[in-house]
Amino acid sequence: MYDTSDIRKGLKVLMDGNPWTVIEFQFVKPGKGAAFTRTVFKNLLNGKTKEMNIRSGEKLEPANVDQREMQFLYKEAGDLVLMDQTNYEQVSVSAEMVGKAADLMKDNLPCTVLFFNERAIDVTLPTFVFLEVTASEPGVRGDTSGNVQKPATVETGAEVMVPLFIRVGDTIKIDTRTHEYVERVTKQ
Amino acid sequence: MSVRGRVLAVSDGIAIVRGERGDASVPAQPAWRAGDLVDGDEVVRPHGGGDYPEPTTEVMRLPRPRVAALHARAKALTALRTFFAERDFVEVETPLLVPSPGLEIHLDAVEAGGGYLITSPEYQMKRLLAGGFERIYQVCKCFRAGEHGPHHASEFSMVEWYRAYADLDAIIEDTEALVHAVVRAVSQSSFARVGGRAIDVTPPWPRISVREALLRWAAIDLHGDESAAEIVAKVRAVGIALADDTAWDDAFFAAFLAKVEPAIAAFDRPVVLQDWPAPLAALARRKPSEPAVALRFEAYIGGIELANAFGELTDPVEQRARFEHDQQIRRERSRAVYPIDEKLLAALTEGLPPSGGIALGFDRLVMLATGAATIDEVLTFTAPEL
Repeated sequence: MYDTSDIRKGLKVLMDGNPWTVIEFQFVKPGKGAAFTRTVFKNLLNGKTKEMNIRSGEKLEPANVDQREMQFLYKEAGDLVLMDQTNYEQVSVSAEMVGKAADLMKDNLPCTVLFFNERAIDVTLPTFVFLEVTASEPGVRGDTSGNVQKPATVETGAEVMVPLFIRVGDTIKIDTRTHEYVERVTKQ
Repeated sequence: MSVRGRVLAVSDGIAIVRGERGDASVPAQPAWRAGDLVDGDEVVRPHGGGDYPEPTTEVMRLPRPRVAALHARAKALTALRTFFAERDFVEVETPLLVPSPGLEIHLDAVEAGGGYLITSPEYQMKRLLAGGFERIYQVCKCFRAGEHGPHHASEFSMVEWYRAYADLDAIIEDTEALVHAVVRAVSQSSFARVGGRAIDVTPPWPRISVREALLRWAAIDLHGDESAAEIVAKVRAVGIALADDTAWDDAFFAAFLAKVEPAIAAFDRPVVLQDWPAPLAALARRKPSEPAVALRFEAYIGGIELANAFGELTDPVEQRARFEHDQQIRRERSRAVYPIDEKLLAALTEGLPPSGGIALGFDRLVMLATGAATIDEVLTFTAPEL
């Protein structure tokens, strides 16, 4: 069991049968009153948050949650298949878990998979991926002012808005959280 | 200007040197390497003349000294001592290692050497009052197990002072003037800074009773003589959920933290919150004209609880009863039960003059004077840095 002195960001606890992670906490102690830790938890299954005051001396139950580094193998009918490189175990998760970023996933992409009671409940991609542009219209000459962008297709098939100077064959850095172009990495 | 300090890095003829006033970029001498101690152009070699280990940049991984905060802290301490000297207070030093630490329901002491480190120096300072001292103060370390937060450190510095033959008004006046003097010494202004706000600490400060505050911000009319069940009912009536068996003080703080503290924190002036309900009297005596409240005040500035003061309880019989009550509650909650300080009770029996006393968090005062957001920013070393 955990007590309030164990509370820190990322601590995983079980409450009402759900796994929760601590996202914020603060020690509070009024002069002559009881100490407690004002804690904000996020439900790992549905993303909902709640704030609770955990009094010093109260116990929290650890959640059976573990994180594993896995490699993305392939997509299959709306599922993502990933493999643990250490024991070659494979796991299949719904692509919805990753949201729009699923179309930025390239073979062998290292991901972090979160398991609750041996079931995969979340997949975290690296913050940035580097992908080659496979199709994009050339920028219109003269139209170089401001933040004018054009669509480009990258090797995974995803479409990303890029600056006009990006050409087919360029490798670009994309933020998986926002699905946005960050910068050009290589020049053709 | 001559350079003195530790070379942190050398690059392109420029060295970063960490000295008394912080880190500075200076032209590097050819012999300087990262890790060297330098004085003027010279590299200071260790004494002894043995093998001199290769200079390392290990120092880079040490915590960067909080140079400005530590200079401010030193200034605050000097201003504080000047303040008390001008008011004819005697600075005293009482032991930190004692057989009986502060006996409070919600304070846990640190065990050391067969005894405890003090949670506050009040018992020994009161014995000095009983022994004839009239105006005493102390700045010392206090220790409270398990307290770590933006405003809490397990080891912290307390300013505590007492006036015999004086009432709480004199202590309020001291507090206002002391905070004003320290803030002026550190910031050359009358403004404490907290959370990006400037708060004018010029005396006098607004005063409000706990009853008025609860009535105004929580819509609870609390007299102080309610039973636990009655206060629980009053707090629930304003929409705060409480379990049936909630203790008196827990019910009070649920309402206080939800409604009163945020309102006080938003004030653009310091606030003296006075006349606490009797169940929260701690070591304060009851107000003769209103026995349901105690002669106790707290000073708040921008949401920081800076100081707590008592019109000191001088009745040895009531003091023993309160100690035994606190021991009993700690026993029921399976918390360490500390021995009663019989020598303090003996001093009360012998006779403690009517006195006012106060404990003020020195680190928090430095936070307010410098605008630091957390106590860690004004500590010389934080616990994880040790």
